[in-house]
Amino acid sequence: MITFGQIKKAVLVSIWFMFLTFPIMVIRVNPVEHIVEWRWKNMLLVGVGSFILSFVWHYFIRRKELGAQKAELGEWAEAIPLAQRIRSKKTLYKPALVAAGIFALAFPFIFSLYQTNIMASALIYVMLGLGLNIVVGLAGLLDLGYVAFYAVGAYAYALLNYHFGLSFWMVLPIGAALGATFGILLGFPVLRLRGDYLAIVTLGFGEIIRIILENWNEFSFGPSGIANIPRPSLFGIDLSVHNATIYIYYIMIGLCLLTIFVVNRLQDSRIGRAWIALREDETACQAMGIDKTKTKLTAFALGAMWAGMSGVVFAAKTTFVNPASFTIWESIIILCIVVLGGMGSILGVIAGALVLILMPEYLRALSEFRMLAFGILLVVMMVFRPGGLIPNVRRTYKFEGVANDEKS
Amino acid sequence: MLKLQNVQTFYGNIQALKDVTIQISEGEIVSLIGSNGAGKSTTLMAICGIVPPRSGEILFMGQPITHMEPDRIVSLGICQVPEGRRIFPHLSVLENLDMGAFLRKDRSQIKRDMEYLFELFPLLAQRRHQAGGTLSGGEQQMLAISRALMARPKLLLLDEPSLGLAPLIVKRTFEIVRKINTENKTTIFLVEQNANLALKVAARGYVMENGRITLTDSSENLLANEGVKKAYLGF
Repeated sequence: MITFGQIKKAVLVSIWFMFLTFPIMVIRVNPVEHIVEWRWKNMLLVGVGSFILSFVWHYFIRRKELGAQKAELGEWAEAIPLAQRIRSKKTLYKPALVAAGIFALAFPFIFSLYQTNIMASALIYVMLGLGLNIVVGLAGLLDLGYVAFYAVGAYAYALLNYHFGLSFWMVLPIGAALGATFGILLGFPVLRLRGDYLAIVTLGFGEIIRIILENWNEFSFGPSGIANIPRPSLFGIDLSVHNATIYIYYIMIGLCLLTIFVVNRLQDSRIGRAWIALREDETACQAMGIDKTKTKLTAFALGAMWAGMSGVVFAAKTTFVNPASFTIWESIIILCIVVLGGMGSILGVIAGALVLILMPEYLRALSEFRMLAFGILLVVMMVFRPGGLIPNVRRTYKFEGVANDEKS
Repeated sequence: MLKLQNVQTFYGNIQALKDVTIQISEGEIVSLIGSNGAGKSTTLMAICGIVPPRSGEILFMGQPITHMEPDRIVSLGICQVPEGRRIFPHLSVLENLDMGAFLRKDRSQIKRDMEYLFELFPLLAQRRHQAGGTLSGGEQQMLAISRALMARPKLLLLDEPSLGLAPLIVKRTFEIVRKINTENKTTIFLVEQNANLALKVAARGYVMENGRITLTDSSENLLANEGVKKAYLGF
C-alpha cells in the first residue's frame, strides 16, 4: 500500500520542517560564554517526527477519501455515526440514557470533591454551549460576544445580592430575563448584518460589556470585582463548602436537563424550523411571511437567556466575579465547543463541552501545551470530521416506495 | 385586486423599475414577460415588500401595501414562489410546507391543505420526510409552489417557474398553475422569460424592457404582435 510517492512526499515534508525549525531547534546562542551550540540531535528528532506525522496524516486523508469514494459508489453503506446508531436503536438508547443518568447522579459520591467541582464547571459550559448553539447552530448567526450575557448573569447575581440581598433562587430567573433582554439589545443593531460583519459587531459588544464592568467602578467595583457572593442555600439552610459544591453540581445537572429539554423542543417547533430556514435562505423566508426581525431576535434572546442563567450559577459557584472571567477568550471557547461538538447537535455540544473543559483539567501536567493541543485538535477535527464530534442529523427517512407509504 | 401605480425601485443608485403600472383583477392569470434583467423579479420583490419601492403606490384589494413589512403582506394574502425555487434544503418536505403556513394557526385546516397538496402532487406525498435539497428540480418546483399555497394566498406570484426544468416538467407545471387558478380561484401573477408558454396560460400580459412596461395587451394580441414575436418568441 505504501507507494514511493508517499515516501517522497513525507521526506520532503520532513526536510522542510527541519529547515523551518533550524533556527530555533538547532542553534542556541549562549551569550554568557559567547559560544554557539549546535544541537544536531534536535534536527534529527524534528526530521523523524515530521516524517512519521506527515505519513500518518496522509494515510488518514487517503482513507477518508477512499471512504467517500466508496460511499458514492454505494459500496459502503454511509457511515452512520455511533451516537446516531445508538439513538436509532431503542434497545440501546434507553439503557445508555439510564446509565448516563445514574452516572451523573452518582458522580459526587464516586469521585472526589475536586472532580465534582470540575464537572460542575464543565456543566456550566454545556449550558453555555447549548445556548450558543441556538444562535450559531440553529439560526446561523455567528456570535463572538456570547460571554457578555454570561457576564450579565454573573454580575446580576453579584450586584443584586450585594445591594438587595436577593437569594440565588430569586436571581436565577432574573438573570435569565436580563440575559434575554441584553440579547435583544444586541440583536437590534445587528439585525441587518450577516456573516463576518455580524461576528465583528458581536465581538465588539462582548468587549464593551467587559470594559464597562472593568471601568465603571461605582457600579461594578472595577477590576477588583465582587467577593463573598453567597453560595445557593437549600431551603434556607446554609451549606458547608463541601455540601454546597455537591449541591451546585446537582443544580447544574437540573439546569442542563432543562436546557436540553427546551432546546430539543425548540428544534422541532415552528420557530426552530424558522431559524433553520432563515439560516438557509433569508429571501425565501420573507416570501413565506416569516418575520425576519422577530425570528432573529427570539434566537438572540433565547440563546442569551441560558448564558444569563449559567452566569448566575457561575457567580454562586466561585463566590467571586471580576471582569477577567469574561474575556473574548471565553467566547471563543464556547464557540469552539459548539463547532467541535457539532453545530446544531445537542449531544455534540455536550460532548464538545466535556472534552474541551475536562481535558485541560485532567492534563494539567501538560498545561504549557494547552494552546498547541487545542489548535491541533481543531485542525484535525476540521479535516477529518467537519461536522463535529457528533454531527447534527436531522431526522430523515429514506424513500421506501409507494405501497409502503400509502399504508402510513 | 392588485394595482401598481408608477412604482420606482432602486438598488442603491441604480434604478430597476421606472414608472411601472400594473393592474390585476381577481381570478385572472396575468403574465409579465421580458428578457434578463428587465426588472421582472424586482417587480415581484416590490409587491412582496422585500425591496420596497422608493416612490409610487401599490394597492392590494384597495389597501396600500407600499411600505408594509413582508410578513404583513403575506398575511394579507400575497405569496411569492421565488425565482430558482429557493426551498429550504435541510428541512424535510413536510417542514418546508409547514414554513409556508408560518403565519397560520388553524392546525386542522393546515393539515387538510397539506392533504390537498399531496393529492395535487402525489410525488411530494411519497417524499414527505425527505430533505428538500434531495429532490429533483421539478419536484423542488412543485414543493416551492405547494409551500406558497400553504399560505392560502389570494394572489400567487410565480417567478420563472420554468427556470432550469425539462420541457415536459415545464408543461406540467403550467398545467398545475392553471388548475390552481380554476380550482381555488387564486389570482396568479406569472413572471416568465419563456414568453410563449406564459402567454398561453395567461389571459393578459405585460411586456417589460429595462425596467419599463412597454406593452400590455391580451395574450392573443401579444402573441400576434410583431415586436414581441421578434424579441421573445424567436420567430
